[in-house]
Amino acid sequence: METLLCVRDLIKTYGANTVLTGVSFDLARGETKVVIGPSGTGKSTLLRCINRLSAPDSGRVTLDGIEITGHEKSLNRIRTRMGFVFQSFNLFSHLTALGNVRIGPMRVKGMSRAAATELAKEELARVGLSEKADAYPAELSGGQQQRVSIARALAMAPELILFDEPTSALDPELIGEVLDVMISLADDGMTMLVVSHEMGFARSVADEILFMDGGTIVEQAPPEQLFTAPTQPRTAEFLRKITTLYGGDAR
Amino acid sequence: MEALLAVSRQMPMLLRASVLNIELLLALVAIGFVVGTSVALCQVYGGRTVRTISGVYEWVFRSIPALVLLFLFYFGPAQFGLRIAPFLAAGLALGLRSSAYQSQIFRGAIQSIPTGQLAAARALGMSRMRAVITIILPQALRLSLPGWSNEFSAVVKDTTLAYAVGLNEIMRAARVVYDRQYELAMPVLLAVALVFLLLTFAGNFILGGVERRWHIPGTETAGGGPQADRSR
Repeated sequence: METLLCVRDLIKTYGANTVLTGVSFDLARGETKVVIGPSGTGKSTLLRCINRLSAPDSGRVTLDGIEITGHEKSLNRIRTRMGFVFQSFNLFSHLTALGNVRIGPMRVKGMSRAAATELAKEELARVGLSEKADAYPAELSGGQQQRVSIARALAMAPELILFDEPTSALDPELIGEVLDVMISLADDGMTMLVVSHEMGFARSVADEILFMDGGTIVEQAPPEQLFTAPTQPRTAEFLRKITTLYGGDAR
Repeated sequence: MEALLAVSRQMPMLLRASVLNIELLLALVAIGFVVGTSVALCQVYGGRTVRTISGVYEWVFRSIPALVLLFLFYFGPAQFGLRIAPFLAAGLALGLRSSAYQSQIFRGAIQSIPTGQLAAARALGMSRMRAVITIILPQALRLSLPGWSNEFSAVVKDTTLAYAVGLNEIMRAARVVYDRQYELAMPVLLAVALVFLLLTFAGNFILGGVERRWHIPGTETAGGGPQADRSR
C-alpha cells in the first residue's frame, strides 16, 4: 500500500517534561489507525505535532512525500490536505453550521460563495445534518457540533483526517452518532488517524492499533491481535484496566 | 418662564453648534476604533517589541489628562512653527486618548475568545492574519460592544472639551449666551445637558440595535465583554 503519512522520531518537550520521546509510524492511503493509551502519554500532542499546531522539537513528518515544516506558506498549503477534528469541536461560534463548513473552501481555497454553499450543503448531508444548516453552534447538541466539525474538515477534501478524541467531550448517548459518521468515512476509504478511548470503535474500524505509553509507541498491531494477544506487558496491563472498567469485551 | 423663552430662542444656535460636537464625535469614534483595534491586535499578537511599544502607547494616552493632551496637541506644533487646525488637534488628542481606552476593551475581548477558535482556523489552512480577521475579530467585536457603548458615552461628553481650543461647539455657544446675560446661565446649561441626554440616548439606541442584530442565537446567557476601565 502507498504510504501517505510518514512520522519519524518525533520528539516534543514542554519545559522539563518530554511528552513525545521519539514516535515513528506510517499510515497508508485509505488506512485507519487508532491511537490508544493512558492519558498524559502524548496522544493528542502527537496529532498536534503532525499538523504542527504544536511544533515538534525534532523529527520528520511527511505527507505524500512532502515534508511538513514550519515554513508558513507551505504549512498553510499542506494543512488544507489534512483535516483536524478537535475534542472540543471548536466550531466558529459566530457562524451557522453551514457557515462553518463553507468558510474553509471560501476563505482558504478561494471558492465562490455559491459553489462553497453547495459543497457545504453536501457535506452537511453526508453527516446527516441538512436540516441544521442554519443553526448556530450554541443551538446544537455536542454530537451535532462534532458532526458539523467533521463536515467542516471534509469540505476541504482532505487526504487524511486527524481525530483528537472526537467523542471524549460527549454525553454517552451522543457518542454513537459521531462514531457512525466516522465508520462510514472509513468505509468510504478515508485515511484516518484517530486518538480514541472507544475500544469498540477501535476494534471494528481500525486496520491497526497504536498503543502509546510514556511518549512512545509501545506496541502496534491489528486490533484482534493487540486486544487478544498483546506482546508487551504494558499493553496487557492497560487492556486489563480497561476491561475491568468496561466489562468483558473491552468496551 | 421668561428664562425658558429666552433659552428656546437660543436653542437653534445651540443645536447648530452641537453639529460640531457630532462631527467631532464621529472623528473620535473612527480614530479611536481604528487605532484601538490595531493597538489591541499588536498587544495580543505582536512580538515582544511591538507589544512593548503598544503598551507604552496605551499607558501614555490613558495617563495624561484629556485637557493637557488637548493643549499639547494644539500648542505643541506651534513651538515648531506649525499651525494646526483646532478641529484636527482636538480630533487627534481626544481620538488617540479614546483609542487607548478602546484598545483595552478590544484586547480583553480578543483574549477571551477560546484558543481553540484560532487552532481550528489554522488547521483549515488559514494564515494567522486571515484567521484573526475572519474568525477572531468578528467574535471579539461582538463581545466588546457593552464595554464599547460605555466608552462611547464617555467620548460623547469629551467633545465639549474642544471649546478649550476655541472650537465653536455647544459649550462655547452656551458660554457666549450666558456671558451676555448671566441670568441665563442655568437654563442654557440645562439645555446643553438636555442635548447630551438626547445624544447619548440616540447613540445607545443605535448600539443596542447593533447588539441585537449581531447577537448569536443560542448564546442567551448573560455575559458580554469586559467593561472599560475608566476612572474619571
